[in-house]
Amino acid sequence: MSTTDIKRSQPNLAERWRNVQFFFDTTMRVRLESLIVLALLCTAMTILSPFFLSLSNFLNILLATSTIGVLAIAATLVLSSSGLDLSLGSVMGLSGTAGAALVVEAGWPWPFAIAGSLGAGALAGYVNGQLITRARIPAFIVTLGMLGIARGLALIIAPNGGAIYGLPDPVVYLGQGRPLGIPSPVVILVLTALFAHYLLAYSRFGRHTLAMGDNEGAARATGINVERLRRTLYTLSGTLAGLAGLIFMARVNAGDPTAGISYELTAITAAIIGGTSLFGGKGSILGTMIGALIMGVLQNGLNLLAVQSYYQQIAIGSVLILAVYIDQFQATKERKS
Amino acid sequence: MSLLSIKGVVKRFGPIEVLKGVDLDVEAGSVVGLVGDNGAGKSTLMKTITGLYRADEGRVSFDGADITNLPPGARRTRGIEMIYQDLALAKQQDVAANIFLGREPSKRPLGFLPPIVDKARMDIEARAMIDRLGARIPSIHRPVGMFSGGQQQTVAIARALTFAPKLVIMDEPTAALAVREVESVLALIAQMRKDGLAVILISHRLNDVFEVTDRIVVLRQGRIEADLATKQTQMREVVGYIVGAH
Repeated sequence: MSTTDIKRSQPNLAERWRNVQFFFDTTMRVRLESLIVLALLCTAMTILSPFFLSLSNFLNILLATSTIGVLAIAATLVLSSSGLDLSLGSVMGLSGTAGAALVVEAGWPWPFAIAGSLGAGALAGYVNGQLITRARIPAFIVTLGMLGIARGLALIIAPNGGAIYGLPDPVVYLGQGRPLGIPSPVVILVLTALFAHYLLAYSRFGRHTLAMGDNEGAARATGINVERLRRTLYTLSGTLAGLAGLIFMARVNAGDPTAGISYELTAITAAIIGGTSLFGGKGSILGTMIGALIMGVLQNGLNLLAVQSYYQQIAIGSVLILAVYIDQFQATKERKS
Repeated sequence: MSLLSIKGVVKRFGPIEVLKGVDLDVEAGSVVGLVGDNGAGKSTLMKTITGLYRADEGRVSFDGADITNLPPGARRTRGIEMIYQDLALAKQQDVAANIFLGREPSKRPLGFLPPIVDKARMDIEARAMIDRLGARIPSIHRPVGMFSGGQQQTVAIARALTFAPKLVIMDEPTAALAVREVESVLALIAQMRKDGLAVILISHRLNDVFEVTDRIVVLRQGRIEADLATKQTQMREVVGYIVGAH
């Protein structure tokens, strides 16, 4: 007791830093370090490339971040519950292909491009949830299996495994339109983020999700139906992957069965550098949006600097490992104090 | 009629029969000590009361209603709370989040927007409950994992008492506590009896059991071995029943 009194009366630098961190964590729901990394990254890119700092490039980054951003929201919800969804990228590819196939190949009216994409994603997520909670197969295995299954299905649906071109205008507008000058995917991302932020930070659903991720036994003991909650989360995750597939399909005006390959890597990385814990119990949509922006700026910057995309993969992978290392390090520090 | 009535409860895990037909009654305003060796079935029996396990045979009635097939949430609503030995806290969440876990009050902003959790109300009520327990907690906004063992226990107790329970089950509540904290938990149990609550106390510390209980029930190998009035028995007799010497 007395040692903390002394600390409180004479806050040293480390103590102050921790207090500021704590404020950002709880009140702003954003990890302070990720904001600093984003600022540093933007500064570095501005110095390194004359093209970085402009409104058009800024919108470019947001546009490029939109699909990853939606997937990262899905990753955040699932990770917060101490789950894992490795099938995000494949389900995104399957969804866009399925939506496009319904409209272009089968000739159904254009709303089915939307319903088909979201529906395919929801179905894949539902299957994930059922297998995880009812058959009790680890999420890692189930979603890894779905990663293969969804990709395979997408390639089967697409004629000769190629992309399905020629979507109706209303669908293309979702990817290429500019309401009020803002690209539609950015609008969709922002609306999705707001909704997910409400869910995770303000609804009972979100509180139960975090509690379950924190201590599943405690959540069950207090009467939360953890199995049902988990199924809902995976279905929601799949639906969001479907939304990402829809956005991507509309943006490139094609249902591409190879869309979203290894996107789950970037999405999970964005969530974790945004402060979502890989071990559950901690997650913030605002943080994830910062994380997605970091990934977006990183990729944009590496593109502007004409770095080969192979190196970008290495950069993203390294960032993921580093972020988890820091997360782990902080978790042990918190447990000790 | 008893508040809690267990009749012929059997619980199996695969081929192993952990509870072999248990009968137990607990009256309102009484404290029952449940003792027995490791593996006697104490925790399993408690979980059939809270609903984490369903009895394979037999009946559990509470407050005049058959609750044998109700899930844990519904049993909490009827007034059964349990304080777990591991406390069952979500350690990265704050005090209010833990106290109201599974029962968060919500409100609709402006009357029509989607319901949001009423964090302000949760904080006020959590603070009041912690104060009523006479506990000192540095800040209710900190994750409970940052607190000491005793402080965490206070949060677990506050969660069990906030929603006016009728029966509180305590699993080894004093095992991890310092001497002074043990005293306050025992005083709290006495207060709960005075308030008309029923308490089931599971403990290996027979001194504590003798100090606060009205009855001592000994569970041995899945059966009730003895049901004794605390005032009319002694440590030796109870230990004898626990190890099966009678």
